[in-house]
Amino acid sequence: MKTVFVTGASRGIGKSIALELGKNYQVIVGFSNSKDKADEVVEEIKKLGGESLAVQLNIADRNSVDEAFNLIEKTYKNVDILVNNAGITKDNILPRMKDDEWNDVIQTNLTGNFYTTQRAIKKMIKNKWGRLIFISSVVGISGNQGQANYAASKAGLIGLSKSISKEVGSRKITSNVIAPGYIETDMTSFINDENKENIIEQLSIKRMGMPEDIANMVSFLCKDESEYITGQVIPIDGGLTT
Amino acid sequence: MEVNEVFEKVKTLFEEELGIDSEKINMDAKLEEDLEIDSLGIVEVVMAFEDEFEIEIDDEELTDVGTVGQAVNLLHSKL
Repeated sequence: MKTVFVTGASRGIGKSIALELGKNYQVIVGFSNSKDKADEVVEEIKKLGGESLAVQLNIADRNSVDEAFNLIEKTYKNVDILVNNAGITKDNILPRMKDDEWNDVIQTNLTGNFYTTQRAIKKMIKNKWGRLIFISSVVGISGNQGQANYAASKAGLIGLSKSISKEVGSRKITSNVIAPGYIETDMTSFINDENKENIIEQLSIKRMGMPEDIANMVSFLCKDESEYITGQVIPIDGGLTT
Repeated sequence: MEVNEVFEKVKTLFEEELGIDSEKINMDAKLEEDLEIDSLGIVEVVMAFEDEFEIEIDDEELTDVGTVGQAVNLLHSKL
């Protein structure tokens, strides 16, 4: 059975991905702070007959990433599928954005994914099989006011993924980006009902996205049947970016 | 471990990990030109060396390694 590592899997989109993949893979539930919630995800996967393990890490810290991978490799040999989902926001309009707000978001959302991916990819090269999936955002394609740091980090993932896809394609490793639109999670819970209605008005599919909409695509990209899809950006946004 | 023992282990790794024809593998063989190992192949070889000989190889140590013989000597010096 293949092993999947989902970062930021204690809630939101990451949790949904972990639960969906738990049907077919050993799932490592990566979390930074919410141990209780991560344990709940593990329990839920086990209840359905799957195998799972929660691993604490701070993807912004290379040592922490190394320690997490050492632990995973001790239990499961290696990571076959890496879902780079963990991310943070520190919104501010650019004229007021502090260095910390910029640096923290870039360090976690972009550099952190460089750390996890570099660590996972060597074993994938050796195995001559692998899947890298980056959870970006439509904001990385279209931009968003108050989110220059977040948008830059999510756009950066696109360049990262496309470059990797060219480097390791010869080893049957694919790398793709999913760009979710407005998905109902903690991260979008600040949007009030009136704004929500305005957002839905812009969409072709007249509802907010659900985490499962993303998880279903991740599930497909993990399969052998998706081996000819690489270096792509797949928006899942109800038609927002058409 | 003697140099020729290291060579034999390296030869086996090249055959098994990268599927290289053993007849091509000699101390003078160039990794890229003669054995057609690409940059990812070098990564694979280094990982295989590290596992087999239980050592760590830094990227800087590889800058002067272009032939099988140079790789064997590097490994021999680290054992």
